[in-house]
Amino acid sequence: MARQINVALIGNPNTGKTSVFNRLTGLNQQVGNYPGITVEKKQGVCKLDRGLKAHIIDLPGTYSLNASSLDENVVIELLLNKNDKDFPDVAVVVADVENLKRNLLLFTQIKDLGIPTILAINMADRMKRKAISLDVQALENSLETKIALLSSRKNQGFNELKELITNYNLLSNKPCVNASSIAPEYFDRLRKAFPNQDLYKLWLVITQDVNFGKLDRQELQGVGSFQTESKSTLKRLQQKETIARYQFINNILKKTLTIDSANAKDFQSRLDRILMHKIWGYVIFFGILLLIFQAIFDWSSYPMDFIDSTFASLSEWIKNIMPPGDFTNLIAEGIIPGLGGIVIFIPQIAFLFLFISILEESGYMSRVVFLMDRIMRRFGLSGKSVVPLVAGTACAIPAIMATRNIESWKERLITILVTPFTTCSARLPVYLIIISLVIPDRDVLGIFSLRGLTLMFMYLLGFGAAIISAYLLDKFMKIKSKTFFVVEMPHYKVPMLKNVGITVVEKTKSFVVGAGKIILAISIILWVLASYGPGNFNRAESIVTAENPTLSGEELETEIASYKLEHSYIGIIGHGIEPAVRPLGYDWKIGIAIVSSFAAREVFVGTLATIYSVGSEEEETIMNRMAAETNPVLGGPLFNFASGVSLLLFYAFAMQCMSTLAIVKKETNSWKWPMWQLTVMSAIAYVVALAAYQLLK
Amino acid sequence: MLTIASLKKGQRAIIKHFSVEVIPLKLLEMGCLPGNEVALVQTAPFQDPLYLNINGSHLAIRKETAAQIEIELL
Repeated sequence: MARQINVALIGNPNTGKTSVFNRLTGLNQQVGNYPGITVEKKQGVCKLDRGLKAHIIDLPGTYSLNASSLDENVVIELLLNKNDKDFPDVAVVVADVENLKRNLLLFTQIKDLGIPTILAINMADRMKRKAISLDVQALENSLETKIALLSSRKNQGFNELKELITNYNLLSNKPCVNASSIAPEYFDRLRKAFPNQDLYKLWLVITQDVNFGKLDRQELQGVGSFQTESKSTLKRLQQKETIARYQFINNILKKTLTIDSANAKDFQSRLDRILMHKIWGYVIFFGILLLIFQAIFDWSSYPMDFIDSTFASLSEWIKNIMPPGDFTNLIAEGIIPGLGGIVIFIPQIAFLFLFISILEESGYMSRVVFLMDRIMRRFGLSGKSVVPLVAGTACAIPAIMATRNIESWKERLITILVTPFTTCSARLPVYLIIISLVIPDRDVLGIFSLRGLTLMFMYLLGFGAAIISAYLLDKFMKIKSKTFFVVEMPHYKVPMLKNVGITVVEKTKSFVVGAGKIILAISIILWVLASYGPGNFNRAESIVTAENPTLSGEELETEIASYKLEHSYIGIIGHGIEPAVRPLGYDWKIGIAIVSSFAAREVFVGTLATIYSVGSEEEETIMNRMAAETNPVLGGPLFNFASGVSLLLFYAFAMQCMSTLAIVKKETNSWKWPMWQLTVMSAIAYVVALAAYQLLK
Repeated sequence: MLTIASLKKGQRAIIKHFSVEVIPLKLLEMGCLPGNEVALVQTAPFQDPLYLNINGSHLAIRKETAAQIEIELL
């Protein structure tokens, strides 16, 4: 059997660490979560020489081992815990050649932990253009390490890196900077108290809020007394440590690195001048958003039509080849239409993630943060809130997790509370189907489709609701917290196809699998509730025949089917809630769809698909079925302009996502805030939808 | 007293001093340390935040933080 070693990939954000990971592991990777927390855990396997296999973990990006977020805690907890099954045999610190000085800070910290450490200098292909020259040999000697010069873009240097990983046991594990030199007296006391522990590790445990239960707890009893040193003393020592490390790095780089600064006026500053211009900057940002929404609506309509008709014929095919009965009906009327309701939205979700990952990969997202900070602050948010708000168009869950890098607690809490207003991809299915039903397919000014503009309006409405509620929260919330803001402006990069591709595939997959499970379960439950019923349900045929003696053939069948649906369990529940939803312009079927949407919004379409397909004999696309529904009270199509707008608004404001509530509970550490979201948002939704329907009908 | 907040676009300076209590460690780790060079690359609309080149790193901070960091012009 091949021997396997653990390799940890560590590096600052924006160093191309993920590209290195993708190059090393290819598609041979899996993404999951660290147990108990929602930080993404990426791992993969890479084959090395001599029958060795490397199990590679891509750790979250961090600037140092001084953790200030959950993501960074993951890094330090793993590196401090020798007993973790993932504890690295060798660490690869990925650095960007243009930010070598800053990147080396983390390198010296990792090396000081006594872990064999390789330095991988990425983006080496930019050295020539940037007039950077590096004496690799001398740098290796002074850092006592081995260096691989990489270019993920050109796929260069990876064989060398693999070779270095294979020979990891030849690496020196001597520390770079003697941490105890920053406060000899303090560290002496530490050494006396814990003679068997590594001093630098102790220091990290004392200064971090990490859970050091994974270190030997008994040996560390009494560590608390060292934490009682006043916070500002510890902070001053941390500052001294940072300065000492930079001194060490500066001394080395002075001898090994030269940058010809004549080339400083480069591509980046020219592009910055345009993209961050006080007028053009905003015009370009707005233009990009418009492009995204046009793409989501227009370009993806072709694959969507194809998927819709494929599922319809699949149902029919199943009915034809399988013996008639409950099981066949469950598959053809319950599961397949339910699944079709989710698969159909893959093209749109893929497009959305495609754009978001391009914006992030290229370095443009940080410019947006910079441009928007001043404006966002007026609403009690931070420029960094733009990232959650934009990411919220994919899904509120990763978006709420992305608020972790907002330094001020008040700004962060407000961002968390308002993010669910942004139009997440789960609302998209509802919007798309309703828009197609009630908004005419017309062009405006010759280039924009009216439907695309409506969709864009829905997105703006979401942002608007988020911003206005942020403003109100900022006014009424009495939380004092220090405001602080720092954001790195990474170099512009042409996004790498492979990285973007992997992100799109991963995110789409997790959306489909995650939502798919809920939808499948709900489809089955709904089908059962719709296919069985008490009392009159079982006598449907005789009752309908007696009431309509003139009907026969197909008409009779349809009448029976709809009678059955009305008297099934789901019909009874639906009629129970109908009084609450009728003022909004909905019938009991939409009521059921809304109730099941509280599990997850995208269930809406699948639910209607399941209910309608039970109620009809024809195999049809979801869209045609919805268009054919009539309003039981007023006549005319059920999905008309008034009820359509009312539904759009309801979904825009309502808090209908259990997973979001769970993540808000986790991130704010209390049930208070998710409950606040559930009540306030749903109340707004009801009132607005009610007003819209009553005004428009 | 000159601070980063009083820099004009394109001006360069050396960081002199700041109080540990108000400047977070994160900023130090990104290279904002006494003795390092700082240049104002660009300001956002409304003159805030500031886009700086500190010690070769490009980063943006708000004006109120910048006003806490004393400098000496080059």
